[in-house]
Amino acid sequence: MNNIRDSGFFLPEINSEMMLPFYLSEVAAGFPSPADDYIDKKMDLNEHLIRNPTATFFVRAYGDSMQDANIQSGDILIVDRALDAANNSIVIAVFNGELTVKRLKQAGNKLFLMPENKDFPKLEVTEDTSFEIWGVVTYIIHKASL
Amino acid sequence: MKILALVDCNNFYVSCERVFDPSLRNRPAVVLSNNDGCVIARSQEAKDVGVPMGAPAFKYKVFFEKHGVSVFSSNYALYGDMSQRVVNTLATFAPSMEVYSIDESFLEFGGHDLNNLESIGHEMRNKVLKWTGIPVSVGFGPTKTLAKAANRFAKKESWTNGVFGLCDLDKNDKFLEKIPVSDLWGIGRKTGKKLIDRKITTARLFKNLPDLWIKENLTITGLHTALELRGISCFSLENSPPPKKTIVTSRSFGKPISTLQELEESVAAYMTRAAEKLRRQQSLTGGIMIFLATNPHNSLPQYSNSTTKMFPVATDYTPDLITAALNGIKSIYRPGYKFKKTGVVLLDLVHKHNRQANLLELADSESKVKKNKLMKILDAANTRFGKGTLNYASEGINQPWQMTRNHKSPDYTTCWAEIPKIK
Repeated sequence: MNNIRDSGFFLPEINSEMMLPFYLSEVAAGFPSPADDYIDKKMDLNEHLIRNPTATFFVRAYGDSMQDANIQSGDILIVDRALDAANNSIVIAVFNGELTVKRLKQAGNKLFLMPENKDFPKLEVTEDTSFEIWGVVTYIIHKASL
Repeated sequence: MKILALVDCNNFYVSCERVFDPSLRNRPAVVLSNNDGCVIARSQEAKDVGVPMGAPAFKYKVFFEKHGVSVFSSNYALYGDMSQRVVNTLATFAPSMEVYSIDESFLEFGGHDLNNLESIGHEMRNKVLKWTGIPVSVGFGPTKTLAKAANRFAKKESWTNGVFGLCDLDKNDKFLEKIPVSDLWGIGRKTGKKLIDRKITTARLFKNLPDLWIKENLTITGLHTALELRGISCFSLENSPPPKKTIVTSRSFGKPISTLQELEESVAAYMTRAAEKLRRQQSLTGGIMIFLATNPHNSLPQYSNSTTKMFPVATDYTPDLITAALNGIKSIYRPGYKFKKTGVVLLDLVHKHNRQANLLELADSESKVKKNKLMKILDAANTRFGKGTLNYASEGINQPWQMTRNHKSPDYTTCWAEIPKIK
């Protein structure tokens, strides 16, 4: 009995949920509604915004250093750690022990974390800085009005 | 031929805190047990400055300050979420795995993979670190005990780069020689002492003892451990442990409690949590046990007691469970004591959709549908808006009996209001 249980053959999956399409037309004898053929599944924002849930984290931006990149104070950023950062990616980085959101810029053999606000200085990554990419920002969630 | 890997997160609780607070890297940090009692996790740097495991927090307050040790209350919402992420990442490497504890998993490899275990080990390390920020060590072996022993080298010896195998039985002895017998998986403190008293100090010496002697002196469990060290598998991978047969929710209070009202609130709250767990695993409970106890570690008058109430029909309906729990605590409460702990235990769990029906409930099916609906709404609201969004009045509002967690980090990954703030 134990072996059967361990094999997993007879264990129903009880934790998952299945979304079923909701048919609007009544079931009746006669002609089916022409709309039935066009019912698709429900749209799930997670599916659109998150490619890899295991490596995805949410953070909240604050301050104005990235305002020209459309990141306002209070916006929620979706961060995917599974992605590799490329030149010009908006990244969450560890810079001298602190998490920061900036645009990654490579210029020749120099590496910079660029703010998107002329009032803020750019940060250069040198041999003396402790630096690491924490994740790549994939979406910015901004509330349309308060 | 199969090879098992034990993947173990390094200083897991501290590592979780470090993912979201990088200023803690390369610095001593510790995590405390419930009620901020004693040290249950240490960073390498904390070990290096001399914080022992289990150090009582109040005794080490000055020491922590002097050595710049960062102190955290345990944040199980965070650790649980991060653990799930590590497990999900590892699951991409092997079709069978067993989640052994919050920070350890066994994975099974066979076929092609056996030719490049070392590179798979490094891949696992890199991927888990990149995706989750958690550093892990990987030990390989033909049995669970050998995989666990190999993991010890992966973790402690820097030349391994975090990956080590004890897969070649002919070459294992020189490594088993270095493992103290009391550090072996499955050898408890008492057994370890018994062996050391007989000059059996290392894993290698233990492995080579005669079977009969081991069986007579250490029972069959000891023999299994020895066989596993010889490469003979005795413990198999448990893919899906059966659902829990009992659920316990109990905690020590932040400060001693003497009034019945406060005890009632705590019991109602624990019962609410336990019932949530019950419904999550799709079970019903056949009865409950309620207990309370004073603190045995002081010289005040002592009293502890428990009471059990079985139900005619198994249930998962929180109001009924709370009513029974409150009657229970009332019946065992005695005034004049300072209580340290209460708890509820759900007994005799059965699967919701797979059990003996009862004449009594057939008569009552309409109200059962209503009750089910209500519980679903309640659980959905508390999942969406955070624990305790909808409470039972009997849980109280101020909850002075709550755990002390003075140094808890934010719930970075499970609560919208507490996600990391980044400049």
